[in-house]
Amino acid sequence: MATPYAKLPAWADYGLIPLINLVVAFLVAGLVVLLVGESPIQAATLLIKGAFGSGAGIGYTLYYATSFIFTGLAVAVAFHCGLFNIGGEGQAYVGGLGVALVCLGFDTVFPWWINFPLAIIGSAAIGAFWAMIPAYLQAKRGSHIVITTIMFNFIAASLMVYLLVGPLKPLNSMAPQTRTFAVDAHLPKLDWLLEMFGATIRSTPLNLSFILALVMAVAVWALIWRTKLGYEIRTMGFSPKAARYAGIGEARIIVITMMISGALAGMMALNPVMGDQHRLQLDFVTGAGFVGIAVALMGRSHPAGIVPAAILFGMLYQGGAEISFMMPNISRDMIVIIQGLVILFAGALENMFRPAMQAAFASFSPRSMGMGTAKREGA
Amino acid sequence: MDTLVQLLDATIRLSVPLLLACLAGLYSERSGIFDIGLEGKMLAGAFASAAAAAATGSAWIGLGAAIIISGMLALVHGFASITNRGNQIVSGVAVNFIAAGTTIILGQGWFQQGGRTPSLPPAARFGAIDLPGAEAMRDVPVLGPIYSDIISGHSLLVYFAFFMVPFTWWVLFRSRFGLRLRAVGENPAAVDTAGISVTWLRYRAVMITGVLTGFAGTYLALAMNAGFVKDMTAGRGFIALAALIFAKWKPVNAMFACLLFGFLDAFAIRYQGAEFPMIGRVPVQLMQALPYILTVILLAGFIGRAIPPKAGGVAYVKER
Repeated sequence: MATPYAKLPAWADYGLIPLINLVVAFLVAGLVVLLVGESPIQAATLLIKGAFGSGAGIGYTLYYATSFIFTGLAVAVAFHCGLFNIGGEGQAYVGGLGVALVCLGFDTVFPWWINFPLAIIGSAAIGAFWAMIPAYLQAKRGSHIVITTIMFNFIAASLMVYLLVGPLKPLNSMAPQTRTFAVDAHLPKLDWLLEMFGATIRSTPLNLSFILALVMAVAVWALIWRTKLGYEIRTMGFSPKAARYAGIGEARIIVITMMISGALAGMMALNPVMGDQHRLQLDFVTGAGFVGIAVALMGRSHPAGIVPAAILFGMLYQGGAEISFMMPNISRDMIVIIQGLVILFAGALENMFRPAMQAAFASFSPRSMGMGTAKREGA
Repeated sequence: MDTLVQLLDATIRLSVPLLLACLAGLYSERSGIFDIGLEGKMLAGAFASAAAAAATGSAWIGLGAAIIISGMLALVHGFASITNRGNQIVSGVAVNFIAAGTTIILGQGWFQQGGRTPSLPPAARFGAIDLPGAEAMRDVPVLGPIYSDIISGHSLLVYFAFFMVPFTWWVLFRSRFGLRLRAVGENPAAVDTAGISVTWLRYRAVMITGVLTGFAGTYLALAMNAGFVKDMTAGRGFIALAALIFAKWKPVNAMFACLLFGFLDAFAIRYQGAEFPMIGRVPVQLMQALPYILTVILLAGFIGRAIPPKAGGVAYVKER
């Protein structure tokens, strides 16, 4: 997104400003901790200990981060095209349907290494379809994509409740979920990866989709900065007028970008459904689609920023669970506040500290201000 | 007849929070500030009113607290989108999350009831009011039940909400402030040229939004229910947004849109799993999704065309 201010060296733009935004977000979150009568410093210590203090902690942190990488990339791809995809939550939810259909259909037929690519295709296809409708409506009928994707989140939720209390539920069961998949539709765990680094663990939900998430991060980088399509997407996001003038088909780019975005969001379902719970449950997304917004904003829509941002939020998720053991007043919902504050400071208020930063830079080294502009990649 | 009366009575009760939130959004969006944070402001207002009412035992103090808290969140949104020219959608999303998280954490921290506030006694709530002559009218055929069962017997906030409809119409289309408000949403540069502050005008609009969402939240916590339950808005802020679009940003249309969505809700609750002639059993989830589906269809221009205020979502940059 273009800003009227941007004239800072790249390291300040991509490193310092997000860091300042993050620190402010945490300070405000600390105030909330104070308000319920606990010590913010003790909470922060517990958080870090819970997230990184043990092998199992690291495993859980990376397990949550996996989901956030997918949804963060999904939001980021749309951002590059100037589109705000709030529908990641719904796209991931219906993506779970794609995973479940593959797993329920083939879990006794194929081994996992055939089921895995099939489930990737299934989740990506349904996620992409769910994003395609709002995209088409935006491109051809001019309806606002933010509103339509919000509506599609609710429609997705209703649809999935309908399917899980009805057609997908085994006959003899009361719980709104599918049957448990057979072993051949379980993704391999990545415990060996953690043990390689010397951690000893019993079992964590970290699974193969973590690797897939990293592969997708590289793929998104290549797509956006190294392909013709990526160039068209960025042009469209930077200036729709220029894109039209250059002969880039507006409707086509919007629909394709949103389908890629929806596919990435849909793939998020692989992690919990095929990697951990081995069945499709109600509300398995648990807000990961929305966390993706914060992750993409903090990572400045670049995969190299999104992966650490996702790990940070994974840490908050896992550490937050740990805090709630020790401080019953603070539940995991603390992360929702932090998420909101990060979206506020890194997204809506991203320009708040910029004038001050510019003044500071200008007084220290006037020359660095001019140099930074040339290297800026279109964020 | 009896079921119809009950259904319409429920329609009124369910559409009031939508209506208050919808009118709230109307002021902001007419001034050119998109607000998808209605949900969050309503939720924070509901919590504030329930917490204050539980602490003081007064519904009015609850209402005041809700207005202050919702108003503060509205100012945050205003600060981000007017002063800092940030992305209004992003800011609205942030407000929603901050409200969702804070209400749960503070609710648990202060009241220790799993995110609920204590159940409130009648004195700390806005109770039902019987309109004059409601009892006497009851036996009059047709008009009697309409007056005494549907119109009478709601809380003060219900009448306030319906009073706000003509009042908003008057403000918007008959007052100087309203003319300027509409102008700033269509063409802020023209308003600026006329020597009127775009910033101050938009801030006022956003503050009105905050106050009205405070009313909506108070209605949820102190009139419809007896206290705060976590996530009690349950997407109503978004349905209100849908109603606003459905109503093409006009107050009277907004009332009918909210009544329609309220009726769908009441209908879905009443006829869960019932069989209908010709159609068979309609899944309750379809009924719940209907407002959202209708909005999507409307936005796509298949039922008329919803044209938002022209300058909506765009920060105003004064030319130098």
